[in-house]
Amino acid sequence: MSAKNLAQKYIGKLTFWKTVFFLVILVGLYAAVLRYSQGLGTATNLNDNFPWGLWIGFDVLCGVGLASGGFTLAAVVYIFNIKQFKPIIRPAILTAFLGYLLVIVGLLFDLGKPWNIWHPVVMWNPHSVMFEVAWCVMLYTAVLALEFSPVVFEKFRLEKPLKIIKRITIPLVILGVILSTLHQSSLGSLFLIAPQNLHPLWYSPLLPVYFFISAVMVGFAMVIFEANLSSRAFNTPLEKPLLMELARAAAFIMMLYLVLRVIDFGRRDVWAYLVQPTYETLMFWLEIGGGVILPMIVLSIPKFRRNRTALFWSVAMVVVGFVMNRMNVTITGFQRTAGEFYYPSFYEVAVTLMLVALGFAAFRFVAKYFPIFEETQPLPAAARKQVKVTVKPKAAFLESQ
Amino acid sequence: MSYGILFDTTKCIGCEGCMYACREQNGLPENDQYKLSAQNYTVVKSVQDTYYRQMCMHCEDPACVSVCPVGALEKTEEGPVVYDAQKCIGCRYCMVSCPFSVPKYEWASPNPAISKCVMCYERIQEGEIPACADICPTGATQFGKRDELLAEAHRRIEENPDLYYPHVYGETEAGGTSVLFLSSIPFTELGFPEGEEYQKAFPTYTWKAQKEIPNVVVFGGVFLYGLWWIVNRRIEIDNGTMSGTGKREENE
Repeated sequence: MSAKNLAQKYIGKLTFWKTVFFLVILVGLYAAVLRYSQGLGTATNLNDNFPWGLWIGFDVLCGVGLASGGFTLAAVVYIFNIKQFKPIIRPAILTAFLGYLLVIVGLLFDLGKPWNIWHPVVMWNPHSVMFEVAWCVMLYTAVLALEFSPVVFEKFRLEKPLKIIKRITIPLVILGVILSTLHQSSLGSLFLIAPQNLHPLWYSPLLPVYFFISAVMVGFAMVIFEANLSSRAFNTPLEKPLLMELARAAAFIMMLYLVLRVIDFGRRDVWAYLVQPTYETLMFWLEIGGGVILPMIVLSIPKFRRNRTALFWSVAMVVVGFVMNRMNVTITGFQRTAGEFYYPSFYEVAVTLMLVALGFAAFRFVAKYFPIFEETQPLPAAARKQVKVTVKPKAAFLESQ
Repeated sequence: MSYGILFDTTKCIGCEGCMYACREQNGLPENDQYKLSAQNYTVVKSVQDTYYRQMCMHCEDPACVSVCPVGALEKTEEGPVVYDAQKCIGCRYCMVSCPFSVPKYEWASPNPAISKCVMCYERIQEGEIPACADICPTGATQFGKRDELLAEAHRRIEENPDLYYPHVYGETEAGGTSVLFLSSIPFTELGFPEGEEYQKAFPTYTWKAQKEIPNVVVFGGVFLYGLWWIVNRRIEIDNGTMSGTGKREENE
């Protein structure tokens, strides 16, 4: 009876968020029809001056970056052998896997000829950064699928493949870390060829290094962020000491990132841009000040790290700062030379929202039916039922973020 | 044997014959937009009384060719940078990378292609010259072998130092281009991009990072495996689980 009461209690919220979800999907599908029937020109605000916009800046660059918790945590648990982080690795790998799948779906929207997306498999140009990224993303998505596969094997009690996959865990993780290092940094290398177009606040020969470090940094932040959300949504205990440890690591990496950027600013002698009263300078300070410096300070102080609210909001700022960085590199940094102001069209936003919603839904679905929060032994039927019920408010909570 | 085009602003009378011929040749619609687009592979523009053309520069070491993930763009032996729409996936990286902002896109099409001047590659293969050079009534657009055109350009500057701004645009810009420009006024006034970045071929900017990839793979692999081995071994020793057979603790 109490289960029924619980269900009833949440049904109101559930319907509301379900409605929102289906609306987002519906609008997204409409945008998709428009994009595929009328072309990019109608569906997006992209044009000859602004060939890349929201879909590359957010869906692809942020999608890949925010999924980096998968490889960083895999390295922490399996390479560094810090086993106490194991309880949070499965959600991280699931997020990464879903993230990469969504990146590929996002590409299917952005590419002018999406039916040719497989071409890099057979048509090679090793000089191209994009070619390398394509291969890395392909291979790493496969690695992630394998890294996640034990969850599926456990669920269906497939002992044999489970044994095989566990035997190759280490080579798989090493491969995953190498592939991630390559393409996380190469997403920055994409812009190396545009020194004349990208604003000096963001252009640097060190772009690949920045992209890699910031990806590691946001990977930790995302793991903490998600663990917070999940623990509320799924009523699982928060692994706070672990998260605090990760937060400390993240703060350290942020410091490294900041020092590197300062040195690089000196070497390129572009200090002047930091104080110009321009739109770019404002965006830069929001990105660095709000997304790196401030959370770095907060996370460096043990007292704040221990505070769940402070921890949550600082890593949220890191995530937002990361998104700003990628958007600034793709969009803000090009505005000056493009000679116009790009902002995404309604349909671009609609498709992006649809992808995000699909990501949440897929995570929720997998979390509901697969053992990602515990390595088990399926729960007895009664307990499982309870999990199902408590899962429901998740959508409500997540989407309100 | 690499061909090129020499354009001389002092000879151009702004008749726009090249724009006409180009549209004819490439089956492009009539339009009155004076900018490069999916409808215009070349345009004639003017600054004060100086006419000049915009078109693909056909770089010697083109950024677009280097960035294309599928090799849809190609620098031919004859000089032209050509494009294969069959290979193209539509990522538009060529547009982002081009130092001269030349490649344009068929934004209105559900099956869009990149559009840019290909120096009438088909005509060159048949032994003809590009349509724009063919129609040009004054010889402002001249087709020929690049090294000969370059020598010719320098000869003109030398013979008429008062007439010309003393620089052949495209000789060194972006690592050298197959299309060369002579002008009566400084190229910056024509809006031609100049600056430190243009003093070398653009693919070199990327190559500096790209060439490290094999190192990352090899050293990364060795480093990570070594790290795992050491960490794992120490844990084994700490736990007293070292069995002497070298068998390691299961990792899951």
